[in-house]
Amino acid sequence: MIALILYYIGIVLCFIGAVFFILGGIGLIRMPDVYNRMQASTKTTTLGLMSIVLGVGLMQPGWLLKAIIIIVFIALTAPVGASAMARAAYKSGVPLWEGTKIDQCEGEPCKRGVKKE
Amino acid sequence: MMDILFFTLISLLAIATFLALYRLIRGPSAADRMVALDAITNVTAGLLILIAFLSGRFIYVDVTLVFAILSFVGLIVVARYLEGGL
Repeated sequence: MIALILYYIGIVLCFIGAVFFILGGIGLIRMPDVYNRMQASTKTTTLGLMSIVLGVGLMQPGWLLKAIIIIVFIALTAPVGASAMARAAYKSGVPLWEGTKIDQCEGEPCKRGVKKE
Repeated sequence: MMDILFFTLISLLAIATFLALYRLIRGPSAADRMVALDAITNVTAGLLILIAFLSGRFIYVDVTLVFAILSFVGLIVVARYLEGGL
């Protein structure tokens, strides 16, 4: 009985993850510049992957420990990867969207082409 | 019943892959392609663990973990290359 309930909860979690993947893909197409696309896609795909892994771990309870290991690894590395991507996009000179109100890195040492000294 | 459910699930993941593939092909800059590739690797990891469940083999979960580690390392390398530090 408990196993059946966990199975259905796992299927629902897998569908939630798939819907978040689709939302990330739509945001990747619809958003105007690379920074908006990044904030639409990285967080949703991270949540979708974590949800699918947890759903599979609930459907197959012997795999739950390794599923939790994968979830912890994703939660540790996805923000690092997103931050590195944003830095790389800014430093390689991708222009901001024309509707951007404020650029807090303007004139700072992280501005593109300006060295640290 | 369960077959239709998992077929729908994998079809949703395929649709998400194609949505990201559009941005990977048509991205105006290299950073757009990098972001799209990161989304595709995440979708692929989810697909791998679904395949692990459907085939019932525990070894594919390890494959998913190694794939996640390697995609992270590759993403860091590409980001360092784009910002000129490599």
